[in-house]
Amino acid sequence: MSQYKLIAVSLCFALLGGCASQDIPDPDPTDETYGSAGGADTDGYGSGGLGEGEAIDYDPTAGELAQIVYFDFDSYELRPEDTDIVARHALQLADNSGLSVRLEGHADERGSREYNIGLAERRAQTVRRLLLIQGASASQISTVSFGEERPAAFGSNEEAWAQNRRVEIKYTN
Amino acid sequence: MRKFLVHICLISTLLAGAAKAELTIEITEGIKRRPVAVVPFGWEGNGQDMPVEVAQVISNDLTRSGRFAPIPVDDMLQKPTTGVDVDFDDWSILGVEAVVVGRVTQTGENAYDVQFQLFDVFGRDQLVGYRMPASRGTMRRVAHRAADMIYEKLTGIKGVFDTKVAYVTAEQRGNKRWYSLYVADQDGENEFKIMEDDDPIMSPAWSPDSRRLAYVSFDGNRSSIRVQTLRTGNFIEVSRKPGINGAPAFSPDGRQLVITLGGVDGNLDIYVLDINTRESRRITTHRAIDTEGSWSPDGRYIYFTSDRAGGPQIYRVAANGGEAERVTFEGSYNARPRLSPDGLKLAMVHLDRGNYRIAVMDVQRKDLLVLSAGRQDESPSFAPNSDTLIYATRQNRDGVLESVTADGLIRQRLASGQGDVREPVWSPFQRF
Repeated sequence: MSQYKLIAVSLCFALLGGCASQDIPDPDPTDETYGSAGGADTDGYGSGGLGEGEAIDYDPTAGELAQIVYFDFDSYELRPEDTDIVARHALQLADNSGLSVRLEGHADERGSREYNIGLAERRAQTVRRLLLIQGASASQISTVSFGEERPAAFGSNEEAWAQNRRVEIKYTN
Repeated sequence: MRKFLVHICLISTLLAGAAKAELTIEITEGIKRRPVAVVPFGWEGNGQDMPVEVAQVISNDLTRSGRFAPIPVDDMLQKPTTGVDVDFDDWSILGVEAVVVGRVTQTGENAYDVQFQLFDVFGRDQLVGYRMPASRGTMRRVAHRAADMIYEKLTGIKGVFDTKVAYVTAEQRGNKRWYSLYVADQDGENEFKIMEDDDPIMSPAWSPDSRRLAYVSFDGNRSSIRVQTLRTGNFIEVSRKPGINGAPAFSPDGRQLVITLGGVDGNLDIYVLDINTRESRRITTHRAIDTEGSWSPDGRYIYFTSDRAGGPQIYRVAANGGEAERVTFEGSYNARPRLSPDGLKLAMVHLDRGNYRIAVMDVQRKDLLVLSAGRQDESPSFAPNSDTLIYATRQNRDGVLESVTADGLIRQRLASGQGDVREPVWSPFQRF
């Protein structure tokens, strides 16, 4: 079990590493500022001086960490662009066993209310599973499904519905 | 189909603060509203006014049924208060089918006698006559009782004027949304708030003796199921397990609830909970969403919604468990099953060409009839006479209540003036 978790955590780091590196722009050779800090202001091959460079630590708490992930119509799959958000929450939880979260599942207003409780719970469970697989422990996570009862946006249109199909990740301590 | 619209405003002062109950009656073409007369009741009391205008209550009830058109008082050629004074010729000239006369007599400080008689104008005969004791507090109910008897005599259908409706409202106050659970007479009068919370309240359900309501609370951001006694306002928490505690419905004997539990893994299944012992029995074990359980009136089956075949459809399972059997096959979305008290019809939310509507399936013949015309209609609930349903629909952004006869011919809108109204549930017949 713990071995499995360890693998999961390292997988997670690999994933995070990949995602994080996308945020660092590749050096653009045509950029005139590039290399200018390197010293010699000369033209020609090899004159730029790449220097030593340094490793960058990944800081999961850096930057605004989104608390809400949104879902497509009739879908319970996390959107690819949100995997990073959930991964960062997982890391925070794995690193701080004193933290705990409540996952609040929500649905749009269409259809029967209690059935929508079920649909919204499915979304919360998607996030829960991803947190668990990436190192959070079950005791740190609770879920509650509000169905369509607590809309983030009012109105009977696609725009409002899209904002309401969501899971909110709330830290309870 | 062309529709006639009749707007009727019933303005009245409620006991719990002044509120306005507005009622719109929408009647589809083809229903002939039968002309009747409800003569203002006589009054013998010491000085004061009659505590409740009994004739007005009866007249409004008959009008709201959509089946009757009481004539204006000003058109009446005579205003008798007892049967012996009724001149059938006078009513025959007006084309009136039936006449109601009566009187209220004070018999003590807070004691009254209400008597009424219903006459068939063409048969020149009494159809029903009755005398009932009343106090100031019960006189409105006594009037509804009289209307129930009159309605049953004239239509053969039991009246439901002396019943109640529970519903949930949501309203924004400052930056918070408040949820309230109300109980009111079925005509919107005597509206009482029985619970209020800034966390959602949902899924109210009546006990068979109409003394208690079960509902779901999200107090403290956790779901739980409560059973609240209306007379005292006290509630007990009967289920507060991790994950989902939802969709309560009483068994016909009132001792058990069918509920939905989700557990930590969020696998919604149907359970039966004994209210006294709090012991629960698992009825379904499917990994799909199983929810919205409700008993058949004979207690033998539990009907529920499940998406085990992909989209939501209605299934039923023996009340002590076993293999579930699919009940609905028409359309891609059928949810929230409720059987009529006579067991003959199954109401549901049905996706009808992109619109969520109330439909009724004949349990024997299996054919489906769409009853409502909105885009997001939900929460159908049968009146105890099995003839009429109440449900929630949308008017602009807010939820409003509508009722419709099970044949779809008479549809009415009932707004309570309480903001976003949803999840109406009709009470069983009440005992005195």
